[in-house]
Amino acid sequence: MAVPILKQGPYLIATIQAALTDTDVLQLQEDVMGQVTRHRSRGIIVDVTALDVMDSFVSRSLQGIARMTRLRGAETVIVGIQPEVAFAMVQLGMSFEDVLTALDLEEGLALLQRPWKEPGEIAP
Amino acid sequence: MPPDGPDRIPIESDADVVTARQRARELAAAMDMTSTDQTLLATAISEVARNITTYAGRGEVYVSVVRDAAGREGVRVIARDEGPGIADVERALQDGYTTGGGLGLGLPGARRLVDEFAIDTAPSRGTTVTLTKWSRPARAA
Repeated sequence: MAVPILKQGPYLIATIQAALTDTDVLQLQEDVMGQVTRHRSRGIIVDVTALDVMDSFVSRSLQGIARMTRLRGAETVIVGIQPEVAFAMVQLGMSFEDVLTALDLEEGLALLQRPWKEPGEIAP
Repeated sequence: MPPDGPDRIPIESDADVVTARQRARELAAAMDMTSTDQTLLATAISEVARNITTYAGRGEVYVSVVRDAAGREGVRVIARDEGPGIADVERALQDGYTTGGGLGLGLPGARRLVDEFAIDTAPSRGTTVTLTKWSRPARAA
């Protein structure tokens, strides 16, 4: 099931709707990179509220999105990791140390809009 | 009440991995396993079922309800394949060791997520991983 990606100003918002197969996750990676390039996005929010499991493959793939988009100058924030899922990720041994996370969409947008990340700050 | 006979889920594609963990979660939910334990179990199944698609190509997962002598219920998961097997099980159970290009968290991670974990494997004989998660009484609502 494809993950819809909405463009909101300089940001992209990808909202995962249901359990993802590995194929879906790889497709999401490709779609996000395509749209970041097309829209010259400054930030991406991936909303995982609907995910009841984040195993090592999904976690690694989301981490991959964060790293790839950073190389394009865009910051990724993962929002909505459920408490049980967070518990399982830590037990599993997944550390999301280099990935920005926020409680929900609103806080994720606030994180992307921190003053020092404003597009105006970047030299022309 | 869920049926007591094992439920067999053939694992041939990544979609089957999702089916297997959802089936186990249904059994776990029916016995009032806590939501956290259900998630730990589902995550463990995801790891062992993915090992089947990654290393063996195909195999099967059995999920069933088990009871111990004290009457406590749990979910038992058997993930079986006839793939290449694992030559060095000790290493495969260490964090960070992988031959499949992943993070090497699958088996050691799955072991941490469940109450009981057993693995039976040998080169060219395939791999069988057995996981059990026992239900703890949910906190009073």
